[in-house]
Amino acid sequence: MIHDVVVIGAGPAGMSAAVLLRKFGASVLVVDEQPAPGGQIWRGIERNASGPIAAALGPDYEKGRALTAAFRASGAEYSPSTQVWQIEDEWTLFLTSEGKARRVRARAVLLSNGAQERPVPFAGWTLPGVMTVGAAQILLKSGGMLPQGNVWIAGAGPLPLLYATQVLGLKGQVSGFLDTSKGLNFAALAKLPAAWRDLPSLAKGLKWQRELRRSGKMIRGISELRAEGDGRLEQLEWTAGGVRRKAKADVLLVHEGVVPRIHETLALGCDHDWNSTQNYFAARSNRWGETSRRGLFVAGDASGIGGWTAATVSGEIAALGLAGHLGIQVDIDAFRRENQLDGRRSRALALRPLLDAFYTPPNTSIADDVVVCRCEEVTAGTIRKVARTSASDPNAIKAATRCGMGPCQGRQCGYTVQAILAEVHNLPVGDVSFFNIRPPLKPITLGEIASLGELENAE
Amino acid sequence: MKADLLVIGGGLHGLSAALQSARRGVSVILVERHFLGRHASGATAAGVRTLGRHPAELPLSLEAASTWHVMKDLVGDDCGFNACGQLQVAEDETALAKIRDRVFRLEAQGFTHERLIGSNELHSLVPDLAPHCLGAAWTVHDGSADPHRTIGAFRDAAIAAGVQILEKCLVTGLVRHSTHWLAQTSRGVIEAGLIVNAAGAWADQVAALAGDPVHQAIRTSMMVATERTSARVKPVVSSLGQKLSFKQTVQGTLVIGGGSQGKLAPDRQSASVDVVALATSVGAAVRLFPAVRGIRIVRTWAGMEAMTPDHLPVIGFSHRVEGLIHAFGFSGHGFQLVPSVGRAVADLVYQGSTDHDLSAFDVTRIAIERAAA
Amino acid sequence: MFRSVLEGPAAQADMTVLVNGAETPAWDGETVAGVLLRVPGAGRTSAVSGEPRLPYCQMGVCFDCLAIVDGVASTQGCMVPVKPGMRIESQQGPREIGR
Repeated sequence: MIHDVVVIGAGPAGMSAAVLLRKFGASVLVVDEQPAPGGQIWRGIERNASGPIAAALGPDYEKGRALTAAFRASGAEYSPSTQVWQIEDEWTLFLTSEGKARRVRARAVLLSNGAQERPVPFAGWTLPGVMTVGAAQILLKSGGMLPQGNVWIAGAGPLPLLYATQVLGLKGQVSGFLDTSKGLNFAALAKLPAAWRDLPSLAKGLKWQRELRRSGKMIRGISELRAEGDGRLEQLEWTAGGVRRKAKADVLLVHEGVVPRIHETLALGCDHDWNSTQNYFAARSNRWGETSRRGLFVAGDASGIGGWTAATVSGEIAALGLAGHLGIQVDIDAFRRENQLDGRRSRALALRPLLDAFYTPPNTSIADDVVVCRCEEVTAGTIRKVARTSASDPNAIKAATRCGMGPCQGRQCGYTVQAILAEVHNLPVGDVSFFNIRPPLKPITLGEIASLGELENAE
Repeated sequence: MKADLLVIGGGLHGLSAALQSARRGVSVILVERHFLGRHASGATAAGVRTLGRHPAELPLSLEAASTWHVMKDLVGDDCGFNACGQLQVAEDETALAKIRDRVFRLEAQGFTHERLIGSNELHSLVPDLAPHCLGAAWTVHDGSADPHRTIGAFRDAAIAAGVQILEKCLVTGLVRHSTHWLAQTSRGVIEAGLIVNAAGAWADQVAALAGDPVHQAIRTSMMVATERTSARVKPVVSSLGQKLSFKQTVQGTLVIGGGSQGKLAPDRQSASVDVVALATSVGAAVRLFPAVRGIRIVRTWAGMEAMTPDHLPVIGFSHRVEGLIHAFGFSGHGFQLVPSVGRAVADLVYQGSTDHDLSAFDVTRIAIERAAA
Repeated sequence: MFRSVLEGPAAQADMTVLVNGAETPAWDGETVAGVLLRVPGAGRTSAVSGEPRLPYCQMGVCFDCLAIVDGVASTQGCMVPVKPGMRIESQQGPREIGR
């Protein structure tokens, strides 16, 4: 059978799109690598129905409940714990779940697989005990895990503020919050007129910041962070106010913003645009979310970071675009207008330009001894040395150093290689490309690919 | 810009010809339109193989084989060459008979590099090999190398020998004057007495620009590399009649090739992986080594290389245009030949002739009739 | 390094899993990657240098949560919810062939 649409990612955008597509009568298969719907923001939402975790996670988490229920009731076919490892036109998708590969066909594809944390290498970031704030949030949502011992948070952005207040709210411990942002804060935001369009978010951010300040644990304007220890994190060092400081640490949670997941659209040869405020590539899409490949749509954070509210609207818009592409009898312009999708979207994105401008990506040069490629353990120094005598092409660096050849296929090192090449060749960062991305998008087994030969024969 | 020799194509054959010509005192400029080793040389499994070669290639291959063992003398680095040997396995009686015939024929011609081995010796060489394998041809002096290390070593040696390398430099026009060429490129005009066409999958385009049109196909052979595994498989393994080459690198990754073809883009400028077609080589690998079934694939790629109808390369002077030497069309088995072909080409550059018999590699085989003036 | 807020004073867990052969409490909704963080010595060691690693991203993009789960090696622990009796073993260094 050929599905009308395969949706990749059951987060806010994917679920919204699926619900609306189902209302239009389209056949929808939603594939997600997690065992339950919700994406990252609403991870575990069905399980955490009540109890201390849900309460601590706050009102944004609650908002996912209704949409998740609507998704479950929508009649969309749903395949959890399933990874998409190859997409071929137009359109065959290769999936894997429980160690078995299979193939599905669709008339159109929606990529709503969200974002990942911006990888920012620093000395000691591969030590056991160092992880992202996003990881810590996921642990909280999956089993109510709280970090123990000397817990430090380092970074900038709304997410670490939110997490810190969630931990403190659950009577967890935070030894300190090392703020790497450049000195602007939510209080300053309140002074700017556009910000008033999203009052709830603004109030939220101010509240988180105030709570943290009250805890006395916030240290502003830090730099030169180093994690140290023998086989695991034992202490931190940083510079603040021109003074070098040290502290014992058992857990370090880091965060410097999020970036869209682009491996799928890169592999499919879509056109991408460089976002020079936040230093990331995103697939170029039109006002209906369609990329430069016909029938391939993107929605939510995967199309550009905007947060969950914008993601839900983006999913609805993409559903309309898909309906148009499929020839479903719906007046998509009227629907868009009558449901005020553009107005809802701009309200949801009102704070974004300010957030982007305040929480700019770090741009300090990475020291030679810092590991850039976590998988193959390639340092900045090695990359820099090769970059000096090679073309300004990350694939040349990959070939010469093995950086990007490991299981993560550049998800943790691609942007850093780009930045080092730009630095060495004196180019604007956006003028340097990302690695060439090829299948498999997830590491499937030799046996699974071999079994495709049998699939062919069976069909 | 001006030099005695312009080498078009920054793959290993271009680099080898450039290096060895420069060492004879020839001034050399090498142009590469992407970055060195971007295509076939960077996509190869880097098998160093005399095993199973067409008899016409054997003299060049046997010379190259000796050089691989002392590669440090040529380029200052061993290029990661591992003399682990190569095996061509027979999975059934028909295959075994064919291998036996070939080995006997070679012996009759005085070639002793291939030896026929039976099941016991085969399984002691490769304990993880499936029990159904009956025997193999075994070349103990063959092995494999590290393609990227090889590219880096040839590049460094070429630069040290005085070769001027221009990357991101595309040749857009070639005009032959009485004693020299003028090459139009995206980075300026280059004047050279001689040109070596080592442009791989696009050698036909260069040949056309030079006034010596040829016809060639493009192969888009696919490769698979897995996660790092604990070392157990020493020789490089292939199987007669199967699209399979299988090796374990020094990093422990398994690299599986064998010539399953990917998809060539309509503009012939890129190739993509066809995962269903890949099932053929991967299936062959899993049949030979059942224990690797659960190992995870980390990456795949489809390389682009030139292919001739008889799968033999094109090496030698153009017959229609002065000052043009071809070195392309290696059809998926050019890596091992790099040192000796470069030496032969350098001979042609320096003195107009070489001791190797290049008649089987003559460009006339693939020449296209030129339109009447 | 991590503890569950759901862990009551009686330290009751929802289930038991085996970590390198030892019985270990686990909570519904946890993933194998969470267990790797809670149990000392459960994490992997790098196939390149042998250095110890623990999960970094919890969302499938870092591959530092690889473990041998119910006999299947190179399993991304963050993708696998724990189940009663699940066998979790540390993946040390490069992947074993045949496992």
